[in-house]
Amino acid sequence: MTSFAAAPALPDLLKPRRQRKGLLGFLLNNPTITIGAGLLLLMLFVAVAAPWLGTVDPTELAPRKRNLEPSADYWFGTDAFGRDIYSRVLFGARVSLVIGFAVAFFASVIGLGIGLISGTFRRADSLIMRVMDGLMSIPPILLAIALMALTRASVENVVLAITIAEVPRVSRLVRGVVLSLREQAYVDAAISCGCRMPMLIWRHILPNTLAPLTVQATYICASAMITESILSFIGAGVPPIIPSWGNIMADGRTLFQIKPYIIFFPAVFLSVTVLAVNLMGDGFRDVLDPRKSKTG
Amino acid sequence: MFRYILGRVFATIPVMLIVALFVFSLLYIAPGDPAAVIAGDQASPADVEKIRASLGLDRPFLVRFSEWFFNLLQGDLGTSMFTGMPVIELIGQRVEPTLSLMVLTLIIAISVAVPIGVLAAWKSGTWVDRGIMAVSVIGFSVPVFVVGYLLSFFLSLELDWFPVQGYVSYKKGFLIWLEHLALPAIALGFVYIALIARITRATMLEVLSQDYIRTAKAKGMGQMGILFLHALKNAAVPVVTVIGIGVALLIGGAVVTESVFAIPGLGRLTIDAIVRRDYPLIQGLVVVFSFVYVLVNLCVDVIYTIVDPRIRY
Repeated sequence: MTSFAAAPALPDLLKPRRQRKGLLGFLLNNPTITIGAGLLLLMLFVAVAAPWLGTVDPTELAPRKRNLEPSADYWFGTDAFGRDIYSRVLFGARVSLVIGFAVAFFASVIGLGIGLISGTFRRADSLIMRVMDGLMSIPPILLAIALMALTRASVENVVLAITIAEVPRVSRLVRGVVLSLREQAYVDAAISCGCRMPMLIWRHILPNTLAPLTVQATYICASAMITESILSFIGAGVPPIIPSWGNIMADGRTLFQIKPYIIFFPAVFLSVTVLAVNLMGDGFRDVLDPRKSKTG
Repeated sequence: MFRYILGRVFATIPVMLIVALFVFSLLYIAPGDPAAVIAGDQASPADVEKIRASLGLDRPFLVRFSEWFFNLLQGDLGTSMFTGMPVIELIGQRVEPTLSLMVLTLIIAISVAVPIGVLAAWKSGTWVDRGIMAVSVIGFSVPVFVVGYLLSFFLSLELDWFPVQGYVSYKKGFLIWLEHLALPAIALGFVYIALIARITRATMLEVLSQDYIRTAKAKGMGQMGILFLHALKNAAVPVVTVIGIGVALLIGGAVVTESVFAIPGLGRLTIDAIVRRDYPLIQGLVVVFSFVYVLVNLCVDVIYTIVDPRIRY
């Protein structure tokens, strides 16, 4: 007769964490995404509703009201040309968000295309990757600055310059994912079942690159907004007439020691927006790549 | 190992060639015709043609590129359109402040970020860890010039602890040099600290879950010994890699920081070059910065093969 020693009951700490269901549950489970999305929605609202939030024309000059401190009439004060900083900051949200999203979108799409080609076709790979290595060895901000020096200042050109600076990193990421996917058994299985290349990429490879790409796109959005502000700040970004956060800060530069609020308000808005996007990026990474979430 | 290092050195040649080709194309497609500028408003099209021929601007792209590239290899980056001085000389005059700023930033950033990252990994899951990670996300989100202005507003203007702006050469004394560079270096180091601290924490967490760490604990080794002697040593490679890659952030950030703190370095020179559309100078600066960046990362790679016995190619 044999007796079995009963295993002791598993301690409570091994009980799975309660996973709440539904959209609300998802938001409760992932506080970083919730906070990030909340802040970002707030900024989106500010950007869209800017004309109805008690603003005046952000480009209107009023020489008699120059450099007024923040007050009940001018919540954020006025700048050296008498322009209302509150209105400029609110309208500035549009420029930053448009540039952030546009760069994230274009850099992801182009990077995805290049990465897929590079990961799939061995012959193209070495050439494409050498070119990407070359581009990556130019510090991105410097590359964007050099490209902006070639062209006229405009929002489109800023988007283009930052996109070119970001594409190499995305294509490297996608290529890495494709190369590791090619080693997967299900890809071999698909090939041996006679799956053709376009179908293989579309059905089996592309969907698996989307998770890391989404995370990367979020970070690119954040860094594009910072790069835009840097470009505008040093005078190589969007035209000075357009109220972007970088431009408002560039205007406040010379007066910084006596009128620090000109720089302060756009700086806060920019930092909060970038923080919101970064928080969403961290949250997405935790959700989409559970292996890394423990460590990173 | 020697063969690997040699191979790694040779691998940078095509990269640098592509950088050079790219940067040369920038000037090639740049708007504005240098021949027309030199000829002036009164010149006839024939005069412009003559000047173009005398400058060699009518020759094919590849011929001009190879000539430019061979000059580059000999340290000749052309002549600045605005000042008429050789680009290499202009760059040489401005190297010291930028180099000082970057070296000081590196020292500050590494000596702050690595212990912070180790601490976050050690206390992982506690409020210490969360606090450090929260600050590091903020570090990524605040642009370098905002940090610069905040520091300079509170520490220089309000508290008067540091000089507001300017640069003093180390030749005039170490302390006064440090005093002027401290705030710019902290401002520039902010993002870099966030980056290094995060990667240090991530790698340390991975290393701390290894069996040999448990063995060390079982042997009765102290916590500090485990963290710094066993774990950090094994976590070094990714951390050092990020330090190398992050130099790109420093270069980009230096351009802005120098303008905030009025430091007459390469960053200032870059901004001046852009404002004046001085293409040869922009070209030279991009080439020099990129080559430095490539060389730093080459050194990082070579250092690990020497230091880390696990890496064998």
